[in-house]
Amino acid sequence: MPDKRIRVLVAKPGLDGHDRGAKIVARALRDAGMEVIYTGLRQTPEQIASAAVQEDVDAIGISILSGAHNTILPRITELLRAQGVTDTLIVVGGIIPDEDIPGLKQAGVSEVFQPGASTQDIVEFIRAHVKKAVTAGE
Amino acid sequence: MTTKEELKEAASTTVAAAEESPELSKAARPKPAPAGPAGTRFTTLSDVPVQPLYTADDLAGFDYSRELGDPGDYPYTRGIHRTMYRGKLWTMRQFSGFGTPEDTNARLHYLLKQGQTGLSIAFDLPTLMGYDSDHLLAEGEVGRCGVNVSSLADMETVLRGLPLEQVTTSMTINSPAAMIWAMYLVAAEKSGADLKKISGTTQNDILKEYIAQKEYIFPPEPSMRLVVDTITFGAKEVPRWNPISISGYHIREAGSTAVQELAFTLRDGIEYVDWVLRTGMSVDEFAPRLSFFFNAHNDLFEEVAKYRAARKVWARVMRERFGAANPRSWLCRFHTQTAGCSLTAQQPYNNVVRTTIQALAGVLGGTQSLHTNSLDEAWALPTESAVTLALRTQQVIAHESGVPNTVDPLAGSYFVEKLTLETERACYEYFDRIDAMGGMVEAIEKGFPQREIHEAAYKYQQQLERKEKIIVGVNEFVTDEKRPIELLIIDESVAHHQNDRLAALRKSRDNARVQSALEALGSAAGGDANLMSYLMECVRAYSTLGEMCDVLRRVFGTYDEPAF
Repeated sequence: MPDKRIRVLVAKPGLDGHDRGAKIVARALRDAGMEVIYTGLRQTPEQIASAAVQEDVDAIGISILSGAHNTILPRITELLRAQGVTDTLIVVGGIIPDEDIPGLKQAGVSEVFQPGASTQDIVEFIRAHVKKAVTAGE
Repeated sequence: MTTKEELKEAASTTVAAAEESPELSKAARPKPAPAGPAGTRFTTLSDVPVQPLYTADDLAGFDYSRELGDPGDYPYTRGIHRTMYRGKLWTMRQFSGFGTPEDTNARLHYLLKQGQTGLSIAFDLPTLMGYDSDHLLAEGEVGRCGVNVSSLADMETVLRGLPLEQVTTSMTINSPAAMIWAMYLVAAEKSGADLKKISGTTQNDILKEYIAQKEYIFPPEPSMRLVVDTITFGAKEVPRWNPISISGYHIREAGSTAVQELAFTLRDGIEYVDWVLRTGMSVDEFAPRLSFFFNAHNDLFEEVAKYRAARKVWARVMRERFGAANPRSWLCRFHTQTAGCSLTAQQPYNNVVRTTIQALAGVLGGTQSLHTNSLDEAWALPTESAVTLALRTQQVIAHESGVPNTVDPLAGSYFVEKLTLETERACYEYFDRIDAMGGMVEAIEKGFPQREIHEAAYKYQQQLERKEKIIVGVNEFVTDEKRPIELLIIDESVAHHQNDRLAALRKSRDNARVQSALEALGSAAGGDANLMSYLMECVRAYSTLGEMCDVLRRVFGTYDEPAF
């Protein structure tokens, strides 16, 4: 049985300030027993990648609504890879049309949650897919 | 012709008839029989319990002239004009902006040709945050959520060929509102328009940015100074302009209830009045140009009650709290936009129906202008055909539904009047709590409105997931369909176009003049002069938005929200 809590970084990149979704997801993950670190608004890809490394998280949840996802998300995954982070689950939520999803998955995003997704689905996906040994009591 | 007396009499007869009617009295009222499955809670969208039946008993002691007044009379519950839409329809004002200034100029011309009666400009995120298109942080964002405007040259292109003295223009811009307004004024001047004649609105509501939309640059104090500067400058130099649109729209989009939207917006209004009064200007010199902006969500009656309560509360606040003597200072004039957050990505055609109900709420609530969202906006900025349908929705309500024929048609409804009274009472309760904190700036610094909104948003999300609230096509009546609509695609060519223009501008302008204008702005910002004329001089020299904001970032500092 897992006795170490899943650690998730909830990040909001880009210039957009609409944080309703990010905050709701952060709270839902907390309510589901995960440990959540929220970056706050307007974080650069560099800031997000370095927070993920410092906080040693199991998953990163990125909220992006502005349409800048094809520019910003590949940069974040690239920076993480460059820092040797390969076992962190990356999920994205926001206004992302179907057409853009294959490219984002190619870039290293594990799952994209589109408008209308339930927080329960997000919780379950993260639980089922975190790669690190979250079951080992350290 | 209907006289004032006849109107009054008609209204009181409706109430009186019910009072005398035994079958509607409380004793004879049928037991509230639940109409839904056992355990169903009947509530408004904002989770306010709704009774099965409203009768005269719910309005015991209701005084027509105290609670309502005729349309055009204090406290304006029934509307700010005597004849409302019989005299003039609401302004049909579609919020528009995408891509390059050329793209947006073409869309604005198109909408006027389709019968739109006002203009409204949407800016992209770099513009909203005071960065030029070639700033590192602008990458990926240029032209995506609105039009990119980096300098006067872009503004001139956006406005090219538009009749600025005949049509009113609204601009959704907040942190850099003073700079963008300066661009508009200089562009208008250069096109030969008289600043005393032009009219329009700058949103310029920084408090709701800290509360809800979070597009702030500077800390609250200097941000408020910029707002005050625009209000006092406008009162003297651009007397027909609405220098601020005090906005509940974004508060609601962030997940607030209808009452929170109303209470936080009007309390923001009180805060702005307090700050302007401190400059020594008298309330009646500027209050008539304060304007408001509300959301129209799905719950028809709750929304109508909100608009009616808004007018009533604001009239009382201005007259009793601030002692305004000019009746124009008492008027809550407002724009309405249908609720973007109610639109679903799934089954997008359903959004046309939602928008129709919401637009109807705005009209039944007596709005002065209206934006109807397009069916594709859960996915992207609207295509031309989607925005045309949204405009047609307003035109059908205006010209086919018959709703505009009479003023405040829902008045006298036991339910709507009761809901209006309850909304008003709940609004004053929030005022008391915020007053006790020392005002809205203090409440924001404590995170109070932010937390209240987040609680409401989270509760609503949980209700959706438990199916206590239904969204058609999302948590009920779900189909597995491929997206049936085409989307407007904005690509990186916009950023390249804008960056090339900016590079050319920086070469061709008189850079010595730019430098001296920016330096003058910086030293004025360090003192307490009104910054509008300094900004206009910067704009005339073709300083960029980013350059002006950078000067103020250095003087004012920047703001990051503390964790709440």
